[in-house]
Amino acid sequence: MSATKEKYTEEQYLEVDQYQPKTGGGRIANYVDTRVGGTSIVREFGRKVFPDHWTFMFGEVALYSFVILILSGTFLTFWFDPSMATTRYSGSYAPLQGLEMSTAYATALELSFDVRGGLFMRQLHHWAALLFVAAMSIHMLRVFFTGAFRKPRELNWVVGASLLILGLGAGFTGYSLPDEVLSGNGLRIIDGMLKALPVVGTYISFFLFGGEFPGSEVIPRLYVMHIMVLPAMILLLIAIHLFLVVTHKHTQYPGPGRTERNVVGYPVGPVYAAKAGGFFFIVFGILALISGTFQINALWNYGPYDPSPVQAGAQPDWYIGPFEGVLRLMPGYLGDFSLEWVIPTPWGGNSLAMPVLIPMIPVALIFLGMFVWPWIESWITKDTKERHLLDRPRNAPTRTAFGVAIVTNYMIMWGMGSNDLIATHFQLSLNDITYWSRVLFFLGPVIAYILTKRICLSLQRKDRETALHGDEAGVIQVSADGGFSEKHRRLDDYELWTLVSYDSPEPTPAQPNAKGKITLLEKFRARLNRAFYEDRVAPVSREEYLEALEHDHHEPEELPASGVGAIESRDH
Amino acid sequence: MKALSQKRRHPFAGVALLLLGLLITGGLYSAATTINEAQASENADAYSDPDNIEEGERLFVANCATCHGINAEGTDAGPSLIGVGAASVDFQVGTGRMPMQMQGPQAQQKPAQFNDEQTMQLAAYVASLGAGPAVPDDEYLDVDQGDPARGGELFRINCAMCHNAAAAGGALTEGKYAPSLHGVEPRHVYAAMTTGPQNMPVFSDANLVPEDKRDIIAFLQTYESQGTPGGFSLGFLGPVSEGLFIWTGGLALLIASMVWLTSRSS
Repeated sequence: MSATKEKYTEEQYLEVDQYQPKTGGGRIANYVDTRVGGTSIVREFGRKVFPDHWTFMFGEVALYSFVILILSGTFLTFWFDPSMATTRYSGSYAPLQGLEMSTAYATALELSFDVRGGLFMRQLHHWAALLFVAAMSIHMLRVFFTGAFRKPRELNWVVGASLLILGLGAGFTGYSLPDEVLSGNGLRIIDGMLKALPVVGTYISFFLFGGEFPGSEVIPRLYVMHIMVLPAMILLLIAIHLFLVVTHKHTQYPGPGRTERNVVGYPVGPVYAAKAGGFFFIVFGILALISGTFQINALWNYGPYDPSPVQAGAQPDWYIGPFEGVLRLMPGYLGDFSLEWVIPTPWGGNSLAMPVLIPMIPVALIFLGMFVWPWIESWITKDTKERHLLDRPRNAPTRTAFGVAIVTNYMIMWGMGSNDLIATHFQLSLNDITYWSRVLFFLGPVIAYILTKRICLSLQRKDRETALHGDEAGVIQVSADGGFSEKHRRLDDYELWTLVSYDSPEPTPAQPNAKGKITLLEKFRARLNRAFYEDRVAPVSREEYLEALEHDHHEPEELPASGVGAIESRDH
Repeated sequence: MKALSQKRRHPFAGVALLLLGLLITGGLYSAATTINEAQASENADAYSDPDNIEEGERLFVANCATCHGINAEGTDAGPSLIGVGAASVDFQVGTGRMPMQMQGPQAQQKPAQFNDEQTMQLAAYVASLGAGPAVPDDEYLDVDQGDPARGGELFRINCAMCHNAAAAGGALTEGKYAPSLHGVEPRHVYAAMTTGPQNMPVFSDANLVPEDKRDIIAFLQTYESQGTPGGFSLGFLGPVSEGLFIWTGGLALLIASMVWLTSRSS
């Protein structure tokens, strides 16, 4: 974008054509450049500036994990055969020899034991999948807690949220492919959820599985989703995601010299290209190290799929954990009241499996809320400005607290997915864990919200204190009359800037609409807005700072009590 | 199997099944009583030696009678041991579960309190109180004669729902648990199946014949001896420990490299 729009003369154009490089390498480069237009690409993208901060790299980790997933996954497709046809295992894993199993499981075992490097590639693929979703999740949390989803990035946030959902889908379809008992149990849960849907459930289940579960269709179908449809969609959305990042330019943390109109950092070429390229190999290296040393999804343990056994410690991969956990959390009865309802119909009755349906609500709400949050927040705050400077999480206490509350809720569902292992490893009663988690499911987010908000406000007050009075220097002075006081070190201007330059809006009351009427919805918005902004710590103003400087000259006068007057409440 | 499935709708199938069931039940009952006698006679040398029984009784009175009663008739604190058999004592005492350290949801495994001879004497005494499952013959503990693949299948159908597919153990209700089977001696695995200690169901010889039990033991031994082909096992706990690892170890490595990459060189 920075390229100047000069007018070129006819001679200048011809000059380009006549340019003759002197070296062999130069000739090749010039040949390619005149045909590909590398110069303009480099000029356009090579000068993009990216700010340096380690929290900005999780998106990159997700991208690199995805590249590794494609590389290792391609390798796996050369041997894996997603057929549910029965075969007799004759590979080299002794404890399964002679057993009947599906071709899918047999070829997954072949990959693990009889293909050179196959087990490593399988493990690399699986570890990369876990990291892919983990990196996306953290990236998303970083974006949320720093407010990077605000205008103009709302749509890119939606692209990112879609990528997360697609990542879950890709992960789950992959987890189901080897057709051992563990993944079959996972599919059985999906089957159960589908069948819990009133009226249409059975039809959808039969449609997906090609008949009664498990059928002989589902693995090939999931395979097509896993190796073609989902990766293609992910790839497309990644392209859109990155294109939008380039269009919007990267956000940056507040700091001296950083404004809403600039980006302070390093250009892609050469610094960032080198860093990012190197980082790809670091991610690859770390994943390879883990894959070479830590066993993952030891599918030979689980045995060929058979709908009857369920094994202890049967869990999905971590990102499906909350779905599993919320099902474990849900009681089937409330006292003597059964939650399974049968709706009488002329042809008998239609069963409503509420213990399966109800738990899907909180998970669905979290994911739905994730998609619409940018609009909810801007509706509440009435903030319509472009935001390229990030919020430090403490400077948006309500958003941070709300986010932590949701994360807490998610974590309780997630943890419940492994309640049996928590019971055995912490020597607790499985029942007690479940009962307490039911309470914490509702109470935990509330506690988390209150605590987080208090912590944020306290940190803001601490920042205020530091801005006004400096850091404690650790030097104790004794005055002539015997009084003790500690020296404070004033912050330099750069440090000060970061602490004082943030927005802390006051609540906006309900506004009348064009007809001069305050609607109920507007009143509701105003209430939310008040909840959002009423507890606030105002940033240090210029006057306050100058006054504090005045005090310095009157040392050892008593310092004003800390924090007083820093909080403005709504009845101010 | 094919012939069986074709004939199962035969008009006389039900009658045949009933007769078969009656025959098996009756046969097993008589067999069970004679097997115990037979096994008792096989192990006659040690387990029916009056000296051992007498020594066992002395040990019992000194160490077990507080809870199990002076004649092993049971008290409020512990069940009757009449008819539990030598295998039960061999398992409970041999794995250190008895004498129990404290009352709890389940007796914990700990270093054995008695040596092999004392355990045998205690078992001999308890076996003398009434017929029960005997200590398994060596023949059924010889894993070389077992079929690990078949044992694996039996294990997954009968055992893995509590003990985990990799025999790493699992949770039961209210603080009870199925322990890990790694490193458990074959005779104890066998005895656990015949006696059903703690919360474990009994897998009698009618349910799993001794050869089946041997296959399961052979599977466990093979499984253990092969190690973990893919590297460190992370506790054989499947996706939970894998997820925990990527969120802790994996991310720690990555974040360290990120911080390093974005730090200023100055």
